Amino acid sequence: MIVPYTHVMLLAAILFLIGMLCTITRRNLIMILLGLEIMLNAAAVAFVGASLHAQHADGQVMAIFVLAVAAAEVSVGLALIVCIYRQTGTVDPECIESNTCKLE
Amino acid sequence: MTIYAILFYLIAAVMIITTGMAVTRSNLVHAVLYLVISFFGSAVLFFLLGAPLLGALEVIIYAGAIMVLFLFIVMMLKVEVTDDGGVPLGQLAAAGLICGIYFLACVLLMKFSGPSAKEPMRALLVRPETFGNHLFRQHWLAIEMVSLLLLVALIGVLHLGLSRGRRREKTKGGDGE
Repeated sequence: MIVPYTHVMLLAAILFLIGMLCTITRRNLIMILLGLEIMLNAAAVAFVGASLHAQHADGQVMAIFVLAVAAAEVSVGLALIVCIYRQTGTVDPECIESNTCKLE
Repeated sequence: MTIYAILFYLIAAVMIITTGMAVTRSNLVHAVLYLVISFFGSAVLFFLLGAPLLGALEVIIYAGAIMVLFLFIVMMLKVEVTDDGGVPLGQLAAAGLICGIYFLACVLLMKFSGPSAKEPMRALLVRPETFGNHLFRQHWLAIEMVSLLLLVALIGVLHLGLSRGRRREKTKGGDGE
């Protein structure tokens, strides 16, 4: 006997919300990517909780796929960030968009 | 309240606190280290929810590989510790709006969930060998697709790195720097 299903879902929801707030409000590309990671992890927690609720292993299979997608996403994202940093000298998205702090 | 329930609430508190600390730090290294603790917490949570293989993979892939990759990049880029105090008001308003909608949806879902969602779940342990059997027998096509995705990501990252090197070579040749 573990906890009710809604409590696991609530934990996943709170984690997802924290990640979303991080993605929306932070002004740093690395922190934005970190927020995406938190959101993906929250989705994995929700999948594992749902797998326990349904007494079926398919939710855990989905969590494995979430892990793989997160690995692919973070590698491409960090490569893009390094690329952007080499070209503009900053990781501030606002700065990159307005082209104000371009590397001379 | 069983020992499992106490453990769950303890881990949940640790995860929420460390994740909250992580997203509010202005020093990126501290943020990444707090997030490592949070991922360890979710690994223990996976163990608790009956997925020992996923717990081990979480430690190896998330806390071990992805966060170390973040640390490498943070240390490589020499990102200045920004003040980051002044979040623009428009952005904050948008964030508040999205939070409100999100919480409304959560509360509605909790309210209208069936009675089976409110009673404690039965414990279930999916042993790694049965899990692997299930994964590779029932979901082999998805496994192939994910491996293709990883290959594409690998090639994409390689292309990004190589094209950057080539361009630098070209500008070096053209400008004579």
